[in-house]
Amino acid sequence: MALLEIENLRKAFRTPDGRIAPVVEVPRFCLDAGDQVALSGPSGTGKTTFLNLIAGILAADSGRITLDGHELNAMSEADRDRLRAGSIGYIFQTFNLLQGFTCLENVLLGMSFGPGADRDRARSLLERVGLGDRLDYHPRQLSTGQQQRVAVARALANRPKLVLADEPTGNLDPANAAQALALIRELCTEEGSALLLVSHDPTVLSAFPRRESLSALNQASRKGIAP
Amino acid sequence: MTLWLLVRRSLRQHLLSTVVTALSLALAGGLLMSVWVVKRQARATFTGQTGAWDAVLGARGAKLQLVLNALFHLEASPGNVAFSDFQTLSSNRAVALAIPIAVGDNYLGYRIVGTQTNLFTEAEASPGRRFRLASGGRWFEDGYREAVVGSFVAQRLGLKPGDTFKPYHGLNFNPKEQHDDEYVVTGILEPSNTPTDRVLWIPLAGLQNMSGHAAATASDVSAVLVKLRSPVAGQQLDLLYNKQGDRLTFAWPLGTVLAQLFDKMGWFDQVLELVAYLVALVAAGSVLASLYNSLSARRRDLAILRALGARRMTVFASIILEAVSVAALGMVLAWVLYGVILQTVAAVIRAQTGVVLDPWAWDPVLVIAPAGMVLLGALAGVLPALKAYSNPVAENLVPES
Repeated sequence: MALLEIENLRKAFRTPDGRIAPVVEVPRFCLDAGDQVALSGPSGTGKTTFLNLIAGILAADSGRITLDGHELNAMSEADRDRLRAGSIGYIFQTFNLLQGFTCLENVLLGMSFGPGADRDRARSLLERVGLGDRLDYHPRQLSTGQQQRVAVARALANRPKLVLADEPTGNLDPANAAQALALIRELCTEEGSALLLVSHDPTVLSAFPRRESLSALNQASRKGIAP
Repeated sequence: MTLWLLVRRSLRQHLLSTVVTALSLALAGGLLMSVWVVKRQARATFTGQTGAWDAVLGARGAKLQLVLNALFHLEASPGNVAFSDFQTLSSNRAVALAIPIAVGDNYLGYRIVGTQTNLFTEAEASPGRRFRLASGGRWFEDGYREAVVGSFVAQRLGLKPGDTFKPYHGLNFNPKEQHDDEYVVTGILEPSNTPTDRVLWIPLAGLQNMSGHAAATASDVSAVLVKLRSPVAGQQLDLLYNKQGDRLTFAWPLGTVLAQLFDKMGWFDQVLELVAYLVALVAAGSVLASLYNSLSARRRDLAILRALGARRMTVFASIILEAVSVAALGMVLAWVLYGVILQTVAAVIRAQTGVVLDPWAWDPVLVIAPAGMVLLGALAGVLPALKAYSNPVAENLVPES
């Protein structure tokens, strides 16, 4: 059985002029445990919405998302939160680190709502991403590359079955982007996590043996709506 | 643990508003506790001061004025009582002890009261406690210009046995009205925490015959302190002096008379209480406002927490816990403020009346008021918590451009 199965997924938003515009319309998409897949698509094609639907942050209008045997649409919001906390790691383009917390605390928060805080694991993950000497630093005291490495450590903290990465190298220079991408893929392999990475950068996409185009998957007519 | 970490960090990130809000809550809590405790203790302590006596006989007038003048050494004397009236009362079989006092002079603002030595040897300073002299002193002797000084006066004026002083005429200090008579301090009273600590005691005849006093009233006294043999005796004397007679006032029972004082001051208590409640409301409003305003800046943080798996209730609880924490911090400060206010008020009341309040005495309001304020803080956090609860995740994960 696939780790992630999507069938007839549909999500639409109301535009400022009152129209209902479909943003995601995916008839079928599957991901096996440990798979690493890159999803491409130009800006505004609903890539982030697609990831948010998989993460259970957004609820689909129709269709079915099954993650690790759990059908998201049939779950309450609290159950989706619980599933996300225990089974999903999320890496954002803008890192989304909590500025008031240290690196170590940010990583601890990545597991606090799921399996529970484990300081040793948080410390070893930060050491693994090369920030063992920055445990008590706050995000603003780090470079952008270092911040993304903290975000990677946080996403892997809860030993997720699936890591969602939304343009994780979009804010990094080419050298840092290559390092970050390699780190994400290595860590996912080490932890046995599947990876679904969204990017529109051809260099990033070319690193993945399996690539999907959301434009191809998405049957919805796009009107340039960015949710 | 996670909730507490979230709350601690948030409080630290908004340190200024945390401190200001906690201070306003502290002010409200401190005021509430102070008003309540001062009111209760003052009533209990003032009423307790009368315990050594059952009644006061004085000139015809208000009972409250008579009691305040004779027992608390406040207010002016309502008039004089003929010495024969004192003798008649003291020979009444219903009376266990009657001690005359005379007032009309002061020393540097502290009252001089003329009395008989049996006040110290036969009466009690407070229920169950005799008057006692500090070591090295003795009681004054009737017929001599000698004085026994209350502990508070002695401490304030630095008087000790062997020192001399010349009284001033009147109940209020006027440097131009000094008598020629010179008195020698023979003893200092041990502190009794009663109004007697604020008095310089001299022989009755000494005050009656002070240079410059009217000779015609030299034998009169200002009031008579009375200890009765039984409560029934009080009813008999009440009938005799207040209902059948029209020259004198028999203030009895003293608790009822003093209750009038607190009834008269009731409006003041109510105003203070109202102010405290208003401050509490304003403080609760400031908890609400500061949390609500801070949420605008924290929408993204809350969305990130939700993206990490935090449930809506976790976010809701963290805001409520934050409000409770600010309130709890405020209540710690409120206890400090309460201590400061009570110490100050107790010092003022002691200086003005001789009555001693105990700032550290237990009172249930010391727990009830802070608990109520913390609850109020939690309630004030509900609206911001609801806002955080309904914070949309997806649209707040993107940084504001």
